[in-house]
Amino acid sequence: MKNGFTNGIVRLREKLEAACSEVLARSDDDNGFIRKERERAMASFKRLGFPTQAMEAWRSTDLTATLAQDYRIFTEAPETGQDIGQIFQCDIHHLDTDLVTLLNGWYVDHGQAIRQLSCGTVVGSLAAARLAYPALFEAHYGRQADVAAGGLNAINGAFALDGVFVYVPDGVTAGKTVQIVNIINSDENIMIQPRNLVILGKGSKLQLVHCDHSVRHKRSFINSVSELFIGEEAVLDHYKLQNKDNDSAQVTSAFFEQQSGSRLSSTVITLNGGIIRNNLHVKLSGPGCDASLHGLYLVDREQHVDNKIVVDHMAPDCVSRQLYKGIIDDQAMAVFNGYVHVARDAQRTNAYQNNRNILLTDKATVHTQPHLEIYADDVKCSHGATVGQLDPEAMFYMRARGIREDTSRMLMMYAFAADVINHIRIHPVRHQIDEMVYRRLRGELSVCDQCILDCNAQRPQVFEIDLNKI
Amino acid sequence: MLSIKNLHVSVHHKEIIRGLSLEVNAGEVHAIMGPNGTGKSTLAAVIAGKEVFEVTSGEIIYKSRNLLEMAVEERASEGIFLGFQYPVEIPGVSMTNFMKTAVNEQRKYKGLDPLTASEFLALMEAKKKLVDIQSKLTNRSVNEGFSGGEKKKNEIFQMAMLEPTLAILDETDSGLDIDALKVVANGVNALRRPDNAFIVITHYQRLLDYIVPDVVHVLYEGRIVKTGGKELALELEEKGYEWLKESNS
Amino acid sequence: MPSYLIREHQVEKEQHDILSEVTSGDYKYGFVTDIEMETAPKGLNEDIIRFISSKKNEPAWMLEYRLKSYRKWLEMTPPGWAHLKINDIDYQDIIYYAAPKPKKELQSLDEVDPELLRTFEKLGISLEEQKRLSGVAVDAVIDSVSVKTTFSETLAGLGIIFCSFSEAVQKHPELVKQYMGMAVPYGDNYFAALNSAVFSDGSFCYIPKGVRCPIELSTYFRINAAGTGQFERTLIVADEGSYVSYMEGCTAPMRDENQLHAAVVEILAMKDAEVKYSTVQNWYPGNKKGEGGIYNFVTKRGICKGNNSKISWTQVETGSAITWKYPSVVLLGDHTTGEFYSVAVTNHHQQADTGTKMIHLGKHTKSTIISKGISAGLSNNSYRGLVRMGKKAEQSRNFSQCDSLLLGDQCGAHTFPYIKVENKSSIVEHEATTSKISDEQLFYCMQRGIGTESAIGLIVNGYAKEVLNKLPMEFAVEAQKLLSVSLEGSVG
Repeated sequence: MKNGFTNGIVRLREKLEAACSEVLARSDDDNGFIRKERERAMASFKRLGFPTQAMEAWRSTDLTATLAQDYRIFTEAPETGQDIGQIFQCDIHHLDTDLVTLLNGWYVDHGQAIRQLSCGTVVGSLAAARLAYPALFEAHYGRQADVAAGGLNAINGAFALDGVFVYVPDGVTAGKTVQIVNIINSDENIMIQPRNLVILGKGSKLQLVHCDHSVRHKRSFINSVSELFIGEEAVLDHYKLQNKDNDSAQVTSAFFEQQSGSRLSSTVITLNGGIIRNNLHVKLSGPGCDASLHGLYLVDREQHVDNKIVVDHMAPDCVSRQLYKGIIDDQAMAVFNGYVHVARDAQRTNAYQNNRNILLTDKATVHTQPHLEIYADDVKCSHGATVGQLDPEAMFYMRARGIREDTSRMLMMYAFAADVINHIRIHPVRHQIDEMVYRRLRGELSVCDQCILDCNAQRPQVFEIDLNKI
Repeated sequence: MLSIKNLHVSVHHKEIIRGLSLEVNAGEVHAIMGPNGTGKSTLAAVIAGKEVFEVTSGEIIYKSRNLLEMAVEERASEGIFLGFQYPVEIPGVSMTNFMKTAVNEQRKYKGLDPLTASEFLALMEAKKKLVDIQSKLTNRSVNEGFSGGEKKKNEIFQMAMLEPTLAILDETDSGLDIDALKVVANGVNALRRPDNAFIVITHYQRLLDYIVPDVVHVLYEGRIVKTGGKELALELEEKGYEWLKESNS
Repeated sequence: MPSYLIREHQVEKEQHDILSEVTSGDYKYGFVTDIEMETAPKGLNEDIIRFISSKKNEPAWMLEYRLKSYRKWLEMTPPGWAHLKINDIDYQDIIYYAAPKPKKELQSLDEVDPELLRTFEKLGISLEEQKRLSGVAVDAVIDSVSVKTTFSETLAGLGIIFCSFSEAVQKHPELVKQYMGMAVPYGDNYFAALNSAVFSDGSFCYIPKGVRCPIELSTYFRINAAGTGQFERTLIVADEGSYVSYMEGCTAPMRDENQLHAAVVEILAMKDAEVKYSTVQNWYPGNKKGEGGIYNFVTKRGICKGNNSKISWTQVETGSAITWKYPSVVLLGDHTTGEFYSVAVTNHHQQADTGTKMIHLGKHTKSTIISKGISAGLSNNSYRGLVRMGKKAEQSRNFSQCDSLLLGDQCGAHTFPYIKVENKSSIVEHEATTSKISDEQLFYCMQRGIGTESAIGLIVNGYAKEVLNKLPMEFAVEAQKLLSVSLEGSVG
């Protein structure tokens, strides 16, 4: 570990352990379920510690400087003291959503900690859900996010004080898109551990948009864990949008479990951020599942984005597709760590994995590791990875037709990104991300634009390229 | 030579052939015609021994032996040749190597010494002329990058090399222009002998202008619904398969 | 032999030598040669290293190098990252030196132990015949000691040095001192450190400026004695504008213990030089129950030092209980080329974790990786490869194609590429597929009368053709047979 950081890391560790003791001392659950979970997680953290680059899973991402910061750690909901209504004006143009907000990792209840929507879907605070739906909660909480698998998972489990809970009962199609906005707004440096639990009953359907966004330029470290259960024949569309300031660090871990015949479409869009690590773990537990995982990352300056994806084919006749694309500018670094595991019984698996990168400068770096581990023989698995530049032939072709060089470059980058954007199935979301990508590529979108979803007034359409026509 | 009695065949629990009987004697050419999806290709594959097809009842006797008990390569070595409708590509395996392996394995089965390289190459040269196949094809990987016509010619070339006693040509004429069709037909006619037989599966009467059959069968919904001389093919051409459906219902 | 000649030969060869002779699935090379051996006591310590060094009459600097390596090795731990299950190795239970006795200077083949010559005949490499007919210069290393190098005199006329490593230490110390450890430093990894401490012999090859070596150089390695490890070391230096093609083959007797083989191969290619290194590795793989077999932990690395130089690795790996091997190229000069062509077959309980590293440092460098993995039985077969484009490796290119074929549902096929790019003008492309052998292809072959095993042999050889074509003609036919033999009993 780098000298000079060691003290800070020890301090953070001690702080976390002390804070956890405080949480355990005032545990409020009746049957001790969550207390046991927290104790187990803390014990696991004490054993595992923080990730270091000596670990295979972290060799390309260095958290040392992040962990050495002095953070405030919350053990109970802080006073907000702000006009929440002011902050949460976010909306997606032309899309009516059920909005759920987290402020510094805590559910903002607007007077109602958990509510049932007219379609039957339950949305609310994780802390409230634990008390309101103990059976449902205990049947799913902690089942996927293995606290023994990593130190940061363990820390999250040791707190898991609040976050979002969504439950779509059997056969229910959630009427509106559920939108989670996770806002960081603090005068101090903070480290937070939001915990989300999403349960889709048999044959249910849900569209979930999850945005992360920071308001003030203080250091923050988000260590979030989400568990998402997709019941038999259920359909989940999951979108994660990241547009954060360069002082933020974020490790998000999403664990999906799919029962037979279910479908998952996941899209992760990263437009800005300091250090971002997205862990995506998809377990295909029942036969006939379909999982499509898409990602787009556009990073510049000193930004660092690391997408680690594990797809575990446990059952036969499942299909998985991964398509992650990125454009890396300045001194930024992108890491792709894709991993497909096909178990012995998972016959007739169809797994596809693709990672494509464009490097714009000589100081930008890409590490890509698309790995396959296959134990069943009747499979079709393939993967590909490329690192390169915009095709000079195509550039020449466009310029020969009279298109200016910078416009040509824009068009090419845009077309490159469109491959991922086109997979977004909620039209207004697609439209908006499309525009943001366009602005991002022109250098017009910065974190100063604040909200990922473009608060306040709708901007005039500056858009002269229609994605669908490319 | 071949005697099929009351054959029933299913694939994935769906019955395709429903009580088919057929007698083929040495020296004969049989044509099997019929609309799509009536079991023509299934019949060919079952005779060759494709495992995905399940024979639920009935029997196939070939040269006084129970064919259904024989492995695919044993059937081939006993002289059954299937000209595939869609010949598969085998990357990296040259035609020469492939054919030499096949010829010598079949010779081994018959207790004969393998051909030496020069004997084998001489045989190839002779047979190439027969089907007008270009030398460059035999230097390429099996069927890889072959055009539709080349693939079909290649099947006839292999048939010439292996000199089967019962050759089944599964829609070998489909996708061929008239010149290629003549080449294929000439190949077949050159190989006709009193001690071998052919089953020619086709959609169209056209091929039968060049390969004149002794017997024509019409296969419909898994059964042979009509058998006649070569004039049956002409009648079928004229009246179309609708005529069959009417006369059958 | 010029490459166009080889290609013509191969076409002809293919028509003449087809896989028909392959009838037995047993390991053919599993005999033990009864020759009188001189061995060191079991175990490893500084005294043993001094013993080896003194047996070989080495100069002090060489002993120092060994001791330095040994001390480094003591501080190291075996690598744990490979996808392999390795039983603990008791390094004190291994004999580190075994040599045919008596060891004296051999002047001609007549002086070689006749029993030893019979061994080589069984291996299909009669030295005399090789010498006469094929024009291949052979260095045979049996249990760590180089037995006979044929053709040296002819080569000497061109200024080529091709001799045992021990001889090179005696006769060309300045060359050995200058280049040894340059591509694989003594502390590079656990097994390289071990080799640097205890290596007993191997081959040394130096091609002077502007010389194209007219014949294939070849080394056959054989482990014969029980309880021994083999730690050979090969160093090839191709000076400016030179060319050499080098072949390596290996066999071992069947024993129910695991034997360790930890070799080091170093290649240095100067400006405009080209080195082609081919391996057919057929160490004893253990029996069908997974007992015995060689642990093949090998470090092979080449440096394209000078501009426009080229290093090409071709390997056919069918043997060994465990293979841990990553022949690599460091592309240091500008416009240099690195190639890696590999076929790895695993059957029964075999495990292989093999691949390459292409480290691009110079401008306009180019590398190609073609890997074909074939897994059968209960085996596990992994490709692991690193492609790295350094900041200064402008306009460089890599293309990798790594395919896996599965025969049966009890084996595993894995692909672990690592790609790191640090400049904007390089292009890296990696593709991989995993599939099983196609039922349609099998049926097609069988319909033509080809039995299951021959059909699999045929299809697998076709699948691996792209790599087999890269082998020198002398090896290609042997490699084809090996592929089929290795897979016998894997289906049905």
